[in-house]
Amino acid sequence: MFDKFVAWFHRMGSPKWFYEITGRWIPWFGAAAVIFLLVGTVWGLAFAPQDYQQGNSFRIIYIHVPAAILAQSIFFAMAIAGGIGLIWKMKVADMVARSCAPIGATMTFVALFTGAVWGKPTWGAWWVWDARLTSMLILLFLYFGVIALQSAFDSKQSAARASAILSLVGVVNIPIIKYSVEWWNTLHQPATFTLTEKPAMPVEMWLPLLVMVIGFYCFFATVLMMRTRNEILEREKRTQWVQGLLSKK
Amino acid sequence: MQELLSGQNLACERDDRLLFSGLDFSLNSGDVLQIAGPNGTGKTTLLRMLAGLLPDYEGEICFKGQPVSDDPDLFRENLLYIGHHPGIKLNLTPEENLRWYQSLYRPATTEQIHHALAQVKLTGYEDVPCYTLSAGQHRRVALARLFLQPSPLWVLDEPFTAIDQGGVKEIEQLIADHAQQGGAVILTTHHNLSLPAELKVINLGQSPQQKKDNGSQQTDAGEPGNG
Amino acid sequence: MDKTGTEQISANTIGEVKSQVSTWRAFTGTLKRDLLLVFRRRSDIVNPLLFFSIAVTLFPLGISPEPEFLSEIAAGVLWVAALLATLLSLDSLFQQDMADGSLEQLVISPHPLSVLVLSKVLVHWLVTGLPLTLLAPLLAVMMFLPDEGFGTLFITLLLGTPTLSLIGAIGAALTVGLRRTGVLLTLLILPLYIPVLIFGTGAVTAAANGMDVLGHLAILGAMFMVALVMAPLAAGAALKISLNG
Repeated sequence: MFDKFVAWFHRMGSPKWFYEITGRWIPWFGAAAVIFLLVGTVWGLAFAPQDYQQGNSFRIIYIHVPAAILAQSIFFAMAIAGGIGLIWKMKVADMVARSCAPIGATMTFVALFTGAVWGKPTWGAWWVWDARLTSMLILLFLYFGVIALQSAFDSKQSAARASAILSLVGVVNIPIIKYSVEWWNTLHQPATFTLTEKPAMPVEMWLPLLVMVIGFYCFFATVLMMRTRNEILEREKRTQWVQGLLSKK
Repeated sequence: MQELLSGQNLACERDDRLLFSGLDFSLNSGDVLQIAGPNGTGKTTLLRMLAGLLPDYEGEICFKGQPVSDDPDLFRENLLYIGHHPGIKLNLTPEENLRWYQSLYRPATTEQIHHALAQVKLTGYEDVPCYTLSAGQHRRVALARLFLQPSPLWVLDEPFTAIDQGGVKEIEQLIADHAQQGGAVILTTHHNLSLPAELKVINLGQSPQQKKDNGSQQTDAGEPGNG
Repeated sequence: MDKTGTEQISANTIGEVKSQVSTWRAFTGTLKRDLLLVFRRRSDIVNPLLFFSIAVTLFPLGISPEPEFLSEIAAGVLWVAALLATLLSLDSLFQQDMADGSLEQLVISPHPLSVLVLSKVLVHWLVTGLPLTLLAPLLAVMMFLPDEGFGTLFITLLLGTPTLSLIGAIGAALTVGLRRTGVLLTLLILPLYIPVLIFGTGAVTAAANGMDVLGHLAILGAMFMVALVMAPLAAGAALKISLNG
C-alpha cells in the first residue's frame, strides 16, 4: 500500500504524467463543479428558508462562506505544495503552489467583497472591523506578499522556493493571526451577531451551503489543474513531449 | 595517493538551461585542478556547486569517498573557499576581518594573523580600515586566509583578480606548496598557470551553439521529475 | 619566527583536520564583528531612533494634541512607530554581507546557519529594538500615556521587539538577493507583525486601565519563543535560496 503510494507520488512528480492525467480529470471536476454550484445556488437562493433576523440578505453566505473556507484551504494547499517542492525538489509541486496563489487571492477577495455587501444591510456600513473580515483582509495581504515575492525573482526556481518558505511561515502564522484578531475583536466590540456562527442553523439552510462548499472545491480543483497545466507547458516548452504536443495541434 | 574529492556524473541546469552534464572528475591530494572555459560556461557555477553553495545539481560529490551530503560539516571544515567577491568588510581592518574568519574555523593568535598578512605583503596595513586599501589588497586580505586555515581543500574563484604580477607568482608558489604538502586546489583563472606540478584541467568550453543543442537533447532525455 | 609560524600551521595541512571548530566561537565571533561594524557606522543606531521619534510626533500634529485623546492612542502609536522603525532598519540586515561575499562564507562555514543568523539578529535587536525600547518611555510622556502603562509599555517592547527582529530576518533573507527590496520587504513582513502589535498594545491599554497583563505578557513571550526557534531556521533556508537567486 505504502509502496504504491510512493510510486504514485513519484509519477505525480513527472510533469508529463501530471499533464496527461489531469487532462483526463478536468472534464469530471469541471462537470461536478457546474452541477454542485448550480444546484447549490438555486437551492440556496430560491428554496432555503429566510433567516428570521436578516431576511433574505443572509443568502449571501452561500457565496461568502465557501469563498472564505476556500481562501484558507488554498493557503494551506499552497504551503503544502511549496513544502513538497522544497523538500523533494519536485517541479510539479512548485508549479501547483504557484498556481494556487492567484486563485486563493481571488477567493479571499470574493469573501471580503461579499462580506462588505452583506455588511451594508446588516450593520449599515460597508466595512466593519469584524473578526472574520479582518482576518480575511490580513490573509489577502499574505497572498499579495506571496504573489509579489514570486514575481520578484528572475529565476522561477528561486521564486518557487522563496515563496514556499514564505507560505510555510504564513501557515504557522495564520492560526496565531486568527486567534489574535478574534481576541482583539472581542476587546473592542462586544460580540454582535456574526455571519455564520448561529445558534444551530436549520438543516434546510446548511445543506445547500454544504453543496456550495463542495461545488467551490470542485471549481478550485478544476482551475488549479488548468493553471498548472499552463504552467507546465510554459516551463517545459523545450522538452520533446511538449514540442510533440504543440506540433500535433 | 589519497582521493580527496570526486564528482560522478555531475550535471547542472539553471533556469532550464543546461550548463554542463555528465561531468566526472577525481581530485587526489597533491592535485591542482583548473576549471577552464570561456565566459558563461558555468565555471563559477561548478565551483559554487563543489563548495556546497548550490543545492541543485545532479550526480554525486564525494569527499574522501563519502558523499558530501552525509556529513556536510566535516566537508566544510576541510574546505577553504574564496569566491568571486573577496568577503572583506570595508569598515574593518585586515586583522579584524581575518579574526572573524578564524572564529568560524579555528582561532588564530594575533601573531599568526600578522604573519599571514606579512605573507601577502600587507605588513603595515594590519590596522587600517579596508576601505583605504585597493581592490588587489582586498583580495590579498582574503588570500591571507590560505596561511591561517589548515583546510586541505582549497576552492578559489579567480584568485588572481586585481593581483599584480609579483603577487601572482607568490600565489602560484603557495598553491604549488599546498599541493606538495598533500592538499588539493581547485581554481578558475584566465592566467596561464605555471606550476611545477602537473595541472589537471576540466574544460567546460563548448561554443554556446553546441551547448544549446546538447542542452535540449539532454533535457529531453533527462528525468523530468527532478528539478 | 616567520618560519616556525608557517610550519606550525602547515603541519596540520596534511591528513585529517581535527574538529577544531566551535559553533559558540563562531556565534560570538560574528556577534563581535557585527557589533564592531555598527560601532564604526553609528548612524545605523541613530536613524531608526530618529524615525521613531518623528513618526510619533506626526500623530499629535496630524490628528489632535488633546491630552485625553493622545493618552488613548498612545500605546498604539508607540507600538506602530516602533514596528515601522524596526522594519525599515531590516533591509540592511544581510545586504552588506551579500554584496561583499561574506554571506557565502557564512553559508559554507561548518556551523548551523541558523545559529549564525541568530547572532546577526541579536546584533540587529541590540542596535534597534533595545534602543527603541529605552527611548519609548520618553516619547510616551509626550503622548500622555497614563502612568500605569509605562512599565507595561517597556516590558512589552522588551519582549516584542526581539520577535519583530526575528520575523523580520525571514523577510530580509528572502529579499536580500533582489535588486529592489524596500517596499516588498514591508509587504511580506507587516502582516506577520500583526499578532505582536495586537498583544503589545493590548497589554499597555489593559495596564493603563488598571487590568491584569500577565496573560498578554505570557502570549508575547510564547510568540517570542516560537519565533526564536523557527525564524532562524526559516531565514537560513531563505538565505541559501537568495544566494542562488
